[in-house]
Amino acid sequence: MIYFQDGYREMKHTISVLVENKFGVLARIAGLFSGRGYNIDSLSVAETIDPTVSRMTIVAHGDDRVIEQITKQLNKLVDVIKVQEYAEGDSLERELVLAKVHTGAQTRSEVMQIVSIFRGKIVDVGHEFVTVELTGTEDKVEAMLGLLKPFGIREVVRTGTIAIARK
Amino acid sequence: MKGCEIVVDALLREKVEVVFGYPGGSVMDIFDALYEAPIRFILTRHEQAAAHAADGYARASGRAGVCIATSGPGATNLVTGIATAAMDSIPLVALTGQVSTPMIGNDAFQEADIVGITRPITKHNYLVNRVEDLPRILKEAFVIATTGRPGPVLIDLPKDILRAETSVPYPSTVKLRGYKPTYEGHPQQIKRAASEISKAKRPVMYVGGGAIISGADKEVAALAVKGGIPVTTTLMGLGAFPETHALSLGMLGMHGTVYANYAIAEADLIIAIGARFDDRVTGRLSTFAPQARIIHVDIDPTSVHKNVKVDVPIVGDVKQVLRELVKLVKQCDDAAWIAKIEEWKRKHPLSYSRKGGGLKPQFVIEKLRELTGGDAIIATDVGQHQMWAGQYCKVVKPRTFLTSGGLGTMGYGFPAGLGAQAAFPKRLVVVISGDGSFQMNIQELSTAVNCDLPVKVLILNNHYLGMVRQWQQLFYRKRYSATCLARNMMCPAICNGTAGKCPPYIPDFVKVAEAYGAAGMRVKTEGEVVPALRDAFKTRKPVVVDFEVAHEENVFPMVPAGASVTEMIEGVELV
Repeated sequence: MIYFQDGYREMKHTISVLVENKFGVLARIAGLFSGRGYNIDSLSVAETIDPTVSRMTIVAHGDDRVIEQITKQLNKLVDVIKVQEYAEGDSLERELVLAKVHTGAQTRSEVMQIVSIFRGKIVDVGHEFVTVELTGTEDKVEAMLGLLKPFGIREVVRTGTIAIARK
Repeated sequence: MKGCEIVVDALLREKVEVVFGYPGGSVMDIFDALYEAPIRFILTRHEQAAAHAADGYARASGRAGVCIATSGPGATNLVTGIATAAMDSIPLVALTGQVSTPMIGNDAFQEADIVGITRPITKHNYLVNRVEDLPRILKEAFVIATTGRPGPVLIDLPKDILRAETSVPYPSTVKLRGYKPTYEGHPQQIKRAASEISKAKRPVMYVGGGAIISGADKEVAALAVKGGIPVTTTLMGLGAFPETHALSLGMLGMHGTVYANYAIAEADLIIAIGARFDDRVTGRLSTFAPQARIIHVDIDPTSVHKNVKVDVPIVGDVKQVLRELVKLVKQCDDAAWIAKIEEWKRKHPLSYSRKGGGLKPQFVIEKLRELTGGDAIIATDVGQHQMWAGQYCKVVKPRTFLTSGGLGTMGYGFPAGLGAQAAFPKRLVVVISGDGSFQMNIQELSTAVNCDLPVKVLILNNHYLGMVRQWQQLFYRKRYSATCLARNMMCPAICNGTAGKCPPYIPDFVKVAEAYGAAGMRVKTEGEVVPALRDAFKTRKPVVVDFEVAHEENVFPMVPAGASVTEMIEGVELV
């Protein structure tokens, strides 16, 4: 949920799109969002088990009318095979994050503790930093990053959300 | 077969009779294959005109228009024409040359990423990578362009692909898992619509270009007559319902009739048919049809709920949906509502004053309408003359009024008229243009003369970019910035048309027409109008008639942009 100062709120929506696995399809989708002024929060793409089909998971925000238009406009593209919009609770959502966190000898164990609370992993250690790997929902990722922030985060790389239907 | 031969073979299999275009380095192989093919090729003098001509051909005939241009500048010159077709849902297949595949991305000579450039203005587009894909892509292009909500499809053809050989045959069907237009309306929704209609006391049908594309003029009339429902059309919908019919309200919106806009404002039910609630129709959205429930029939789901909230959406082909709907609607005649509309019609007819400022452009169009009886194919450019044409042509048949509604492309009318004439060599094709618009594709006089396309161009010449000038007069304190086409370096810096001693207007359209081998005429008074039109229609070659009309005539009624449709400026002359 995104809150604006005047109390207006826009829901975040997860849209899962099956598309033809061809060059140019990503540009079509990205162009649709930019050309019509829709906001993408994250987008991730990869092949499905059928190598001719790719799945895109798009997280976008907007009011109901905007989201309805986004889904319809996506469906209108010839290279789009199927569009599913997940309401909250309909899908399992995960995101992978890699973060390089500043640590010295004193703070390293504290960082490791926080990471283990979130069931993350330390995947690399140096004299001045550790690299943390975590998968989880966006909220979980945000929570861990929030706790690690005071130590100094040098760099964060996130995949964006992917989602799979519960049923 | 070679790639270029596959292209020509596909055109023949799709029964393409006419192709418009312009050659160049990377499409030479296609032109070589076309050389002896039984397809009429019309060489325009600019690629933009080729796209507009293919568009005009498609609008007049209902079949896909085809245009060809070379890579780079040839392809980019098509862009305005493709965008025009996209906005008005016109089936177009545009073939562009491209540099050879190994050169793509290297900034080669005459290379442009036309697939990237046209992505947002085509229904779909292709870059052909392998010659084996070419037959399938050509077939898909024709299917996608002409089905569902039609639109332009572009195929980019690298030179080496056009020269490569393959034995892959031309498919008879296509398999597109992501493309399934909905034609049949949901029966439950149609039932709901019928019950809304039977409950309504003040219904209005609001009919757009979708009704013409779908070929639903008979169904529109059947619904109107059976339900006793008045009909207003958009600019794109002109011809979907005869404007001579007692139930016709003419055009609605910014320059629509007073009674159409009043009817919308007072309606308790709006039946939108193949129309998309464009801002030029609705005016301020919050005050559009405030009392009405809305039924919306459209083949494109994205049109539904886009601008207004709809009570009964029906996604499907207009013709099929209306056919079912008419069966369920009861014979009805709301005498009180019709009487009210008749009163508005009496009190606020379309009108203009024949006095003051010289020959009135509306008079010219009225005479044209009288002489042709609605039989001619009219193509217009964009601006004041377009709106006067929309108001005074009294269109009675579908596909006889060709105009750039969505994109509003100046320079569209003349080449579109050429395309229509190519589709119907024996019919009278009249282009209504302005002195600004006509100059945007004036070079096509060569095409008209050389290809024996005897269109009649009527220029309503007011020496101004009239529509912009009208807005300057009404909303910019008469500051005529860059709208006077007679203006030259000798004019005073500030001039709102009252300085007098204006320079002579250039060009002399009569001489231009004659220089191209067409006929030219000039008309300055009311008395000359009918004889000149008669003469022009009898002439077996292209004719340009330069009507010297009142310079500062305005299009009324007018709903100012962003105002409510009931806040109309009527035919009063403002200073």
